[in-house]
Amino acid sequence: MAEPLLRVDDLKVHFPIEGGMLLRKQVGSIRAVDGVSLTVNRGETLGLVGESGCGKSTTGLAIMRMLTPTGGRIAFEGQDITAYDKAQMRPLRRRMQMVYQDPYGSLNPRMKVRDLIGEPLVVHGLASDRRAYEDKIASLMRTVGLLPAMADRYPHEFSGGQRQRIGIARALALEPSLIICDEPVSALDVSIQAQVVNVFVDLQQRLGLAYVFIAHDLAVVRHVSDRIAVMYLGRIVEIAKRDTLYRSPQHPYTQALLAAVPVADPVVEASRSRAIVSGEVPSATKPPPGCAFHTRCPHAFARCRTELPALRDLGDGQAVACHLDEANG
Amino acid sequence: MNAPVKPELSGTDEARGGAPLLSVRDLVTRFRTDRGAVTAVDHVSFDVRAGETLAIVGESGSGKSVTALSILRLIPDPPGSIESGQILFDGQDLLGLSEAEIRAVRGNRIAMIFQEPMSSLNPALTVGMQVGEPIHQHRGAPWAKVLRQARDLLGRVRMSDPDARVGAYPHQFSGGMRQRAMIAMALACDPQLIIADEPTTALDVTVQAQILDLLQDLAKRANSALILITHDLGVVARYADRVVVMYAGRVVETAPARELYARPRHPYTRGLMASVPRLDGDTAKRLVPIEGQPPDLSALPPGCAFAPRCQEATETCRLSRPPLRAVGTRHQVACTLEN
Ligand SMILES: Nc1ncnc2c1ncn2[C@@H]1O[C@H](COP(=O)(O)OP(=O)(O)O)[C@@H](O)[C@H]1O
Ligand SMILES: Nc1ncnc2c1ncn2[C@@H]1O[C@H](COP(=O)(O)OP(=O)(O)O)[C@@H](O)[C@H]1O
Ligand SMILES: [Mg+2]
Ligand SMILES: [Mg+2]
Repeated sequence: MAEPLLRVDDLKVHFPIEGGMLLRKQVGSIRAVDGVSLTVNRGETLGLVGESGCGKSTTGLAIMRMLTPTGGRIAFEGQDITAYDKAQMRPLRRRMQMVYQDPYGSLNPRMKVRDLIGEPLVVHGLASDRRAYEDKIASLMRTVGLLPAMADRYPHEFSGGQRQRIGIARALALEPSLIICDEPVSALDVSIQAQVVNVFVDLQQRLGLAYVFIAHDLAVVRHVSDRIAVMYLGRIVEIAKRDTLYRSPQHPYTQALLAAVPVADPVVEASRSRAIVSGEVPSATKPPPGCAFHTRCPHAFARCRTELPALRDLGDGQAVACHLDEANG
Repeated sequence: MNAPVKPELSGTDEARGGAPLLSVRDLVTRFRTDRGAVTAVDHVSFDVRAGETLAIVGESGSGKSVTALSILRLIPDPPGSIESGQILFDGQDLLGLSEAEIRAVRGNRIAMIFQEPMSSLNPALTVGMQVGEPIHQHRGAPWAKVLRQARDLLGRVRMSDPDARVGAYPHQFSGGMRQRAMIAMALACDPQLIIADEPTTALDVTVQAQILDLLQDLAKRANSALILITHDLGVVARYADRVVVMYAGRVVETAPARELYARPRHPYTRGLMASVPRLDGDTAKRLVPIEGQPPDLSALPPGCAFAPRCQEATETCRLSRPPLRAVGTRHQVACTLEN
């Protein structure tokens, strides 16, 4: 098999917790990402799901090397970028881009749309031919469904969905091979979400882009992803092909998440069994020992409370980190 | 997707008979803004019966919260004001009550739960005092008794260790626990009507399911009516007996939940349903978005507010505003094409 576009091995990102009255000293750490391994192939979408605080954004930022990992290895297009500095990352920035949840917060309000979209081209010295530059901006705007005639407007003159399109056009400017999308449609109204989801889907088909698609909406993630990784407290508890994950989820947490999401059909809902998991996600500063989900897991037994389950390969691209599964399998 | 519509299981509607508990009639609420006056709630009418869960669904800015706040007469004036209409609650028009009379209704016979529990809880007071506050205010109970009842209420919302929680402060609670405390506060005076405005939007999906199950269970047990405001069609499908769909401050469609999903009649309702991916949907199919942009309330067209985005709109739609008309038993739609 060809080398994946992105390979992440045992990635760790720990944030220090500082304390002390006079001298700041580290009194603990938040294990935001604690041993994540995944791959993304060219042209594919890997969905990353899990409840807030489980480490999805931190994983994305570490891959982009906007954060320095505490441990592990990140390889992109065959290069080990784990220890790259700013200068070394610069040429790679063209190949790897990010789209954020809040299109407003990530766009400079004083810049016109043409400059927002063109900025990455200018920064990378690709704007010397004025004519080609203008054409490029117009073409990027059309690509994401914006009228080039709106190029002289400011972000506040656009609706949320249009602002997200500006963010996408900006990310596309340098023709990346990978876009990390962090909750890119979560802030949008449902009727607009579908427009933006379709932009992502179409772009992938046309340009062969790969996405890491981070979202907490399991229906949206299912719609766009080829494979999906489920995170809980800094770790991947299950990863599988899309249909496998939704048809036969193996980890009790995956099962709990899927059961909690209501289906937009009252007839289906009336006949669905609803095993609702109790409790809330524990704090990442002191994650429970053993399997972090054991405090909420309806199937937990002694071993779960002491021993961390490893991610076990079940074949056909599915892997799960659960003692129960090992006991049964 | 054309399953026959089964009769409502909850037996809340005609079976129960009698007058609705709440009857909102032609409610109009306006705001004066620097872009001119906007009609946030535009001749809205709907009924809610005891024991029934009514969902109000619509996208942001469609007037859901303003409708809820109007019922409790909590519209900030200025810039807003309720211009006309009736809000008949148990036979009495709430719009005709004095300020003292409406205060006696709030938190007592009608309770409200907001999206962000942290901003509606006072950080300086214990949870027990806040949960018991309505009992103190409306029943005049002494604080010792109030705190005992607050403890029982925390137990009723299935909070672990209620004895210890009564004396705790809001910041010591997780998001889900704060929303449980808000539900406990809402239940304090056994309200006949609970209005929950996007009560779980800020919560994770497993906690959302816990909170909404709890809320509906407690409301049904007390035969209270529940108005659940949401933008999530999945939540509507799971919890609602009946649904009101709002667009640009207007009710565009209302029907029993099963009927609405089996036979959505308004192009906007149909558009919404086609645009959300479903957990059990066909992933090969493209989502069908509603084209165009959300409506601008300060520049609505003269006719149907949805006409600029409607694939089926005709000249009539653009010129005259369609009234809400019956298309079946308890199913009404505001669309010219449906007549
Ligand atoms: N810069 C930071 N400093 C300290 N803690 C952080 C920082 N960023 C994130 N965290 C913590 O790391 C954990 C994971 O956060 P995040 O990756 O944002 O989760 P998600 O995106 O899944 O909601 C959380 O407990 C969060 O509070
Ligand atoms: N305090 C206010 N001042 C001015 N306009 C307001 C105010 N509150 C609401 N509005 C107007 O009312 C409309 C409907 O708001 P709201 O009921 O909060 O929508 P929803 O709850 O459906 O998202 C808004 O689009 C806005 O134009
Ligand atoms: Mg995040
Ligand atoms: Mg609202």
